[in-house]
Amino acid sequence: MYTQALDIPQQSADKGPRVVENPEYQAEFDARIDAGGYIEAKDWMPEAYRKTLIRQISQHAHSEIVGMLPEGNWITRAPTLKRKAILLAKVQDEGGHGLYLYAAAETLGVSRDELLEALHSGRAKYSSIFNYPTLTWADIGVIGWLVDGAAIMNQIPLCKCSYGPYARAMVRICKEESFHQRQGYDLLLAMMKGTEEQREMVQDAVNRWWWPSIMMFGPHDKDSVHSGQSARWGIKRISNDDLRQKFVDATVEQAKVLGVTMPDPELKWNAERGHHDFGAIDWDEFWNVVNGHGQGNVDRLAARVKAWEDGAWVREAALEHERKRAAREHQAA
Amino acid sequence: MTQQTPNPAHIEYVTRIGDNALILGQRMSEWCGHAPVLEEDMALANMSLDLIGQARMLLTHAGKLEGKGRDEDQLAFLRIEMHYRNLTLCELPNADFGRTMVRNFLFASFQVLLWERLLASSDTELAAIAAKSLKEARYHAQHAGDWVVRLGDGTAESHERTQAALDYLWPYTAEFFAANPTDEAIAAAAIGPAWSELEAAWEAAVVPVLNEATLTVPARTPFKSYGKFGRHSEHLGHLLSEMQYLQRTYPGAQW
Ligand SMILES: [Fe+2]
Ligand SMILES: [Fe+2]
Ligand SMILES: [Fe+2]
Repeated sequence: MYTQALDIPQQSADKGPRVVENPEYQAEFDARIDAGGYIEAKDWMPEAYRKTLIRQISQHAHSEIVGMLPEGNWITRAPTLKRKAILLAKVQDEGGHGLYLYAAAETLGVSRDELLEALHSGRAKYSSIFNYPTLTWADIGVIGWLVDGAAIMNQIPLCKCSYGPYARAMVRICKEESFHQRQGYDLLLAMMKGTEEQREMVQDAVNRWWWPSIMMFGPHDKDSVHSGQSARWGIKRISNDDLRQKFVDATVEQAKVLGVTMPDPELKWNAERGHHDFGAIDWDEFWNVVNGHGQGNVDRLAARVKAWEDGAWVREAALEHERKRAAREHQAA
Repeated sequence: MTQQTPNPAHIEYVTRIGDNALILGQRMSEWCGHAPVLEEDMALANMSLDLIGQARMLLTHAGKLEGKGRDEDQLAFLRIEMHYRNLTLCELPNADFGRTMVRNFLFASFQVLLWERLLASSDTELAAIAAKSLKEARYHAQHAGDWVVRLGDGTAESHERTQAALDYLWPYTAEFFAANPTDEAIAAAAIGPAWSELEAAWEAAVVPVLNEATLTVPARTPFKSYGKFGRHSEHLGHLLSEMQYLQRTYPGAQW
């Protein structure tokens, strides 16, 4: 997951209000949220809550399907049949996550086609992490370890978020993401036990993915646009900086076992805080990629658009066939 | 099946079936992330996984029959081109979704018939692989057959594309049934059918679906392909150079 972009102001893609504002309903809604209860699709909800959820869930869904591309880049070159099968299954899982999430978003009154249109036109965001290239086989392991790892940290709190369909989708997704993380780490362990060149590939991949991974938690709390309201609504329960710190602390230990170093000379244990300190994040780099200037932005989006456009005749044929079939059935009846 | 000395026909026969799964599985995996709808991304990845799984079992088995200590990866990644025994049809590029579905339909329909017969193989390992793989092949044939009907009997454009795909692929299906001494030896040993025995049943399975799809079944021509005998199209070399890249670049490395 990839709600990093949740904290980025953008135009909402969805169409006008379905729900009339109503103080009585609002009070009931607030009470349910305060009591830690779930809001379901048929329940009344404030329009701003609905819009925020659509934006967050669809960004997450888009991230899952765009995320299929960097890893898909290595499926045909996987080094063993077992690793090929693991990678294929992983990328297939990510597609499944996209499906659950689009379905969750649809309960809020938007269609998958509308959401995809927003992605393809560039109006909707997806996680910037997938705009970085996958240069060696080690990238596949590092993505599992760091990117899926950061995603899990971000997502676990969402399993208890206030919107029922989203929370339930997240429970399924989180189980699979932790599996991905273990498999990624296992791939890296195997490479670190291998040749000098294999270890070099792993360290190089860590060097490239470390900073983007910790940027996945989004801007510092003090700079975060939507976090306050989202926290009140129970769709963001832990702050960006707290999640990031938790991730750094957990990952540093795993890096030691693996035998790699993080590309941050300031990364060290601070006994007083009981946490690791780390260097300043290059937010210019983060915003540049968010705003479309990353190495992969153009290619990733073009690949999604091409798949969609190349598939248009297939989708049209399926609809037309269904129409013909229904007409024949009608005539026969 | 206990075997003292390796039987070359037996190794060859199992390798063919394994290579079909390997090479088509590799081709199908190229779709991942690029399909016309998300559901088809999932379905194609899933079928690719089935085929890679079959290939792993079959190549492991072939390696054991051979008795030279080659495992699934040494066979999958470290043979030279002419030692691959897949049908040429499996190595052809995906082209569009229509050609991918027509190919899957023609091939999976063949695989269903083969697995059905191999359930009774005197090679008990092969029979066990058949039992697991038959369900998968039936699903692949159903999935692709449904698409062939939708696309053939869809819009004018989809009909045209699907007919073109069938015209392109059909000549390669003659290779499925080409008689050869390996098949004769295998049939005699009750390991499996000679593939030529499957031709009538295959036509009976595919032609009605192609008719329902309003497609014209092409006439047989003198065209011949020879992938299963190790003489391939130009496409296999490119597929292998990509698939074998890491194993070839870092000899002996563990992954
Ligand atoms: Fe993910
Ligand atoms: Fe995912
Ligand atoms: Fe994942």
